Amino acid sequence: MDILRFATAGSVDDGKSTLIGRLLYDSKAIFEDQLEAVERTSRDRGTEYTDLSLLTDGLRAEREQGITIDVAYRYFATPRRKFIIADTPGHIQYTRNMVTGASTADLAIILIDARKGVLEQSRRHAFLASLLRVPHLVLAVNKMDLVDYSQERFEEIREEFTSFASKLNVGDLTFIPISALNGDNVVSRSENMPWYLGTSLLHHLENVHIASDRNLTDVRFPVQYVIRPQRATDHAFHDYRGYAGQVAGGVLKPGDEVMHLPSGLTTRIASIDTFDGPVEEAFSPMSVTLRFEDDLDISRGDMIARPNNQPHVAQELEAMVCWMADGIKLTPRTKLTIKHTTRTARALVRDLHYRLDVNTLHRDEEATSLGLNEIGRVSLRITQPLFVDDYSRNRMTGGFILVDEATNGTVAAGMVMDAH
Amino acid sequence: MLQRDYTTSQLDVLEAEAIHIMREVAAEFERPCLLFSGGKDSIVMLRIAEKAFWPAPIPFPLMHVDTGHNFDEVIEFRDRRTAELGARLIVASVQESIDQGRVVEQTGRRASRNRLQTTTLLDAIEAHEFDAVFGGARRDEEKARAKERVFSFRDDFGQWDPKNQRPELWNLYNSRIRKGEHIRVFPLSNWTELDVWDYIRREGIEIPSIYFAHTRKVFERDGMLLPDADVVQRGDDEPLFEAVVRYRTVGDMTCTGAVQSPATTVEEIIEEIAATRITERGATRADDRSSEAAMEDRKREGYF
Ligand SMILES: Nc1nc2c(ncn2[C@@H]2O[C@H](COP(=O)(O)OP(=O)(O)O)[C@@H](O)[C@H]2O)c(=O)[nH]1
Repeated sequence: MDILRFATAGSVDDGKSTLIGRLLYDSKAIFEDQLEAVERTSRDRGTEYTDLSLLTDGLRAEREQGITIDVAYRYFATPRRKFIIADTPGHIQYTRNMVTGASTADLAIILIDARKGVLEQSRRHAFLASLLRVPHLVLAVNKMDLVDYSQERFEEIREEFTSFASKLNVGDLTFIPISALNGDNVVSRSENMPWYLGTSLLHHLENVHIASDRNLTDVRFPVQYVIRPQRATDHAFHDYRGYAGQVAGGVLKPGDEVMHLPSGLTTRIASIDTFDGPVEEAFSPMSVTLRFEDDLDISRGDMIARPNNQPHVAQELEAMVCWMADGIKLTPRTKLTIKHTTRTARALVRDLHYRLDVNTLHRDEEATSLGLNEIGRVSLRITQPLFVDDYSRNRMTGGFILVDEATNGTVAAGMVMDAH
Repeated sequence: MLQRDYTTSQLDVLEAEAIHIMREVAAEFERPCLLFSGGKDSIVMLRIAEKAFWPAPIPFPLMHVDTGHNFDEVIEFRDRRTAELGARLIVASVQESIDQGRVVEQTGRRASRNRLQTTTLLDAIEAHEFDAVFGGARRDEEKARAKERVFSFRDDFGQWDPKNQRPELWNLYNSRIRKGEHIRVFPLSNWTELDVWDYIRREGIEIPSIYFAHTRKVFERDGMLLPDADVVQRGDDEPLFEAVVRYRTVGDMTCTGAVQSPATTVEEIIEEIAATRITERGATRADDRSSEAAMEDRKREGYF
């Protein structure tokens, strides 16, 4: 059993909560006491049926307003897979939440109300999923019961969305007509839509192939922590010196020749250690400890790669950033702290090239700042070299966060573009 | 050529993520500590810490907030496990907080020291100047937790502000704080109750005996089975009876209920959980039943 992480996005009332509630309910991830609480609340509010959408409401303030306002994580499992849902709100004022949820997602489900069709918001959600390089996209056309399960309506929406998506970097796009309320095509194929020949949503989630979405080509190992057992009682470990970290790309094997950055020195992997014993290979997302044949001066924030396949060593970065702070804005000359893999440095915004209208994809080159939930293209100068790849090639070595030095808040998410 | 399949099992993914989180904390904070209660989640967390730094010892102390109302079996386990690891254990005592007048003991039949723990915990964090505190909480436990970050920022008063959380992207965690503030770190955020049990089985991890079926004198209150113990006040209308029970969580005796179960092995427990239809906290924690938003309120104040 492996894990699929997916994000859900939809405009208010498209049925996102109902859909998640149904997935949890039908996969038995919902327990009696949770269901009782929801039934009680449904009754108190005078709703006739049990409102499954209540299952996914979280904080009190949100309950009062009746909406979801932050990323909430939910879990369910089938015999095939464990699922982690990043439940993100759809409104434009929550763009940062969707970006957050999408950053780790293998797949994104975008909900569309069959009656309303592709809205500005649907396009925005698709754009954000593609910006964050979510490898698989599912367009769930919901409320099919309200359009008489019409194939024509479904095809119309499919065509409109496909033509829009062709402008984006969408890897794998799947359309599924559903009724979250009645359960059509959610867990099993619906008898109401015999014209639909694809699989149910859950079946798709269970079977979509994700293992090869990770970068298994470019060896990248950001050194996270140096392990030197100073007070080891076991003398075997007296001279032990291991470099711990989580593999960000490629496949590492003992004996491989590797290059240390920033020094540019090469050595070989002597051993890949774990508490459970040495392993024959390591790949993303494994957390392991490397030992090398030569004694190099290696510390946290350094990178291990291959002599013939290195990341870009950059102090000047081109990136798309999503600004996430309320109150403060990004402008040229803004100074921030950047955290990229295990390296932290200071960054200066040299230039804001344009601000992107996330609804129309129009580039406003006159823009002088980015405010909350705005996305733009920037040039950054960094105080130390970072070891980066294009975000499109590797999400781990292409993504970074920016931290405001006055408030310590995380104020932006960034994606490296055109690394050179 | 046959392509090797790089599929990674769910437990391996979760373990790798938790190890990454622990190493990140050890690298970026000066004074972390790990909350160790002797409960299954903190036992799993401890095993992850052991793995993250092996062959070096765990580079931070453990801390237990002891209500004084814990099960003997759990305290015995706590001390033995700490000694085996050669770890340093700090015990923050609720009794001491009461003796020092920092908190006032509740009275009456339903008196519980559960809520008092928050003050003891925050006082200890301040006294030891801890800047990062590992907790074993999982997002599947409860609604308020579902939105909490892995690195959960706490202000000078130890409070959590659900409206003002730092966005958390990829595997990048923001560890910047000012003096007096701290971060609660939840490496098991993405684990479910079943994942924890699966992991205990896979790793062959020892857990306190009260997790397994045993015969115990209990009485019923609000549909929960509470133990016969000095610290639990029982009314005349609450008769004792003997039952074969086990615990799904091991908190304070006054508010932790047992479930009737014949499961004596981890395998049997997993089978039972896979079939069961009541959440862990709902079944066995009186503290969460008081209101739908109970956990959120306690968390804001600085609870675990
Ligand atoms: N007829 C019909 N109604 C639906 C369907 N899915 C959701 N709804 C209703 O649409 C409304 C909004 O759903 P909700 O799940 O709260 O939307 P959210 O705002 O996207 O989370 C509720 O009244 C649902 O009962 C569907 O497939 N068919």
